[in-house]
Amino acid sequence: MAFEGLADRLQNTLQKIRGKGKVNEADVKEMMREVRLALLEADVNFKVVKDFVKKVSERAVGQEVLKSLTPGQQVVKVVNDELTALMGGEQSKIAVSNKPPTVIMMVGLQGAGKTTTTGKLANHLRKKQNRKPLLAAADIYRPAAIKQLETLGKQLDFPVFQMGDQVSPVKIAESAIAKAKEEHHDYVLIDTAGRLHIDETLMDELKQVKETAKPDEIFLVVDAMTGQDAVNVAESFNEALGITGVILTKLDGDTRGGAALSIKAVTGLPIKFVGLGEKMDALEAFHPDRMASRILGM
Amino acid sequence: KRYRKVDEEFFEELEEILIGADVGVHTVLDIIDELKDVARTRNIKDPQELRSAITEKLAEMLQKDDSENKLNLQADGMTVILFVGVNGVGKTTTIGKLAHQLKNDGKKVILAAGDTFRAGAIDQLEVWGERAGVDVIKHHEGADPAAVIYDSIQAAKSRKADVLLCDTAGRLQNKVNLMNELSKVKRVIEREIPGAPHEVLLVVDATTGQNAMNQAKTFGQSTDVTGLVLTKLDGTAKGGIVLAIRHELDIPVKFVGLGEKIDDLQEFDPEQFVYGLFAGTEEEEAE
Ligand SMILES: Nc1nc2c(ncn2[C@@H]2O[C@H](COP(=O)(O)OP(=O)(O)OP(=O)(O)O)[C@@H](O)[C@H]2O)c(=O)[nH]1
Ligand SMILES: Nc1nc2c(ncn2[C@@H]2O[C@H](COP(=O)(O)OP(=O)(O)OP(=O)(O)O)[C@@H](O)[C@H]2O)c(=O)[nH]1
Ligand SMILES: [K+]
Ligand SMILES: [Mg+2]
Ligand SMILES: [Mg+2]
Repeated sequence: MAFEGLADRLQNTLQKIRGKGKVNEADVKEMMREVRLALLEADVNFKVVKDFVKKVSERAVGQEVLKSLTPGQQVVKVVNDELTALMGGEQSKIAVSNKPPTVIMMVGLQGAGKTTTTGKLANHLRKKQNRKPLLAAADIYRPAAIKQLETLGKQLDFPVFQMGDQVSPVKIAESAIAKAKEEHHDYVLIDTAGRLHIDETLMDELKQVKETAKPDEIFLVVDAMTGQDAVNVAESFNEALGITGVILTKLDGDTRGGAALSIKAVTGLPIKFVGLGEKMDALEAFHPDRMASRILGM
Repeated sequence: KRYRKVDEEFFEELEEILIGADVGVHTVLDIIDELKDVARTRNIKDPQELRSAITEKLAEMLQKDDSENKLNLQADGMTVILFVGVNGVGKTTTIGKLAHQLKNDGKKVILAAGDTFRAGAIDQLEVWGERAGVDVIKHHEGADPAAVIYDSIQAAKSRKADVLLCDTAGRLQNKVNLMNELSKVKRVIEREIPGAPHEVLLVVDATTGQNAMNQAKTFGQSTDVTGLVLTKLDGTAKGGIVLAIRHELDIPVKFVGLGEKIDDLQEFDPEQFVYGLFAGTEEEEAE
């Protein structure tokens, strides 16, 4: 039952109703129960689901749906449309500062994919926009984090700026930007250590990095497999830092990725890119319509 | 608000708490049904009384007997433990923490650097080896993981190690080739040491939602997972999916990860875990 397509399930519900000749509000209610289950199974936050179901129910009991010959399909269509609208348009543009270098900060929970995505983003900037980024290793905590970024830099042939793990991330960011100016890099991508949104000391550290580096973008990197907690995480990072966009990683797996919807619904932050693999070319623009279908299991 | 009655509203609230903790809607509905039965048959009207019944029931679901969260350490001969899981959940870190614990218990521990894929993975394990004061057997990046594991077993045998902890690269369970690679690693261990691996630990990030069920199913099929390590419980995520995994697949949780430091690994305590599921919701209710 779990992860079965929503479209199939609504069809099944409808089969039961068919015998009765007409579809009424109670039937729509029954169908919306299925929609609720599908969204919850996809990890959409339960509060977001509640609001969403309420809103869509109102539209779904409208005449255009009930009077149509295929009310089941119509409900699916309404749900899909609303979900796509809620997730926003495609937004893969990256800020450009008129005073180079453009500074981008990568932040997020432990293991979300920040370091990997830093490499991918640099690769993307070179390929799509012919840019010359400098990667800055500002994770001084995770064992071998600097080495990891250096390895990616070497693979991709990008310079990596590092000062070891005994210098504060604020100082590293500042020096990396100075270095980028000197060597005419148009972008600086700052990889930061993973941290919990409730870790005040480390969240304060990020605020200081922000104050010093004055980033043009702060990307929150989020694992697409994240469950109900996604909204807490996104809200906290956003409140502390003013996030400019979300990058959803590990979407090459079989997760439904409801975290995307939850984050967008609660914070309004645009989802800009998705990670689709461990390789350095596995980064794509976010497509809201595809994401809607995926969450619904269609 | 505080509930004065065990009524529909009470159960709705409970449903939301459990769904919000990532238990998963199907397991939650099963749990609620059973609890309604309990309330009816035992004629429980007081929410406080039902609350303890709930805790009891969930803890029972998670642990059927006291020994199942213990590691299957061999009294004589070497114990081999294989760590598996999706990307970034905390496999390498957990190995570092466990190596430290086992060493403190007087065991000779060796680590196998079976992640030859991810940038910096071998160096990361080496740092943990240094911190725990144990040897690491490694090849170069890009080497065949099965060959690394084979060499590690030989080295561990000749150095008379008590425990060999094998790291593997993170992989998403829908990547068939990578899952086959993992089965191959496991077969090498089986072939070299009869009865091994003695544990296959699937590391699950508490932040993960319903996908962890798929992880447990698929990793279970390809490597016969014997237990879970639930990491990152020091955050606000509750890790409730392990209830569903226990419910559907009967895999017990052995350890929980509570931070990034070497001491931040604890044996799984079902009561404490269940308490954590409801933590943060009690105050709201008391308001
Ligand atoms: N399959 C897949 N794996 C990914 C993707 N993005 C990152 N990963 C993997 O996820 C794991 C964690 O990635 P990292 O880049 O180290 O994550 P991080 O956020 O920098 O981690 P910390 O610095 O420890 O907080 C690694 O195994 C990556 O290869 C993706 O889009 N798909
Ligand atoms: N807060 C917290 N962080 C943890 C915990 N366990 C691991 N981490 C962090 O999570 C990140 C990923 O941990 P790793 O041990 O590299 O994870 P992995 O599963 O080996 O990752 P891959 O090999 O890339 O698949 C690191 O930043 C760790 O410090 C935990 O219990 N709590
Ligand atoms: K993760
Ligand atoms: Mg990193
Ligand atoms: Mg690892």
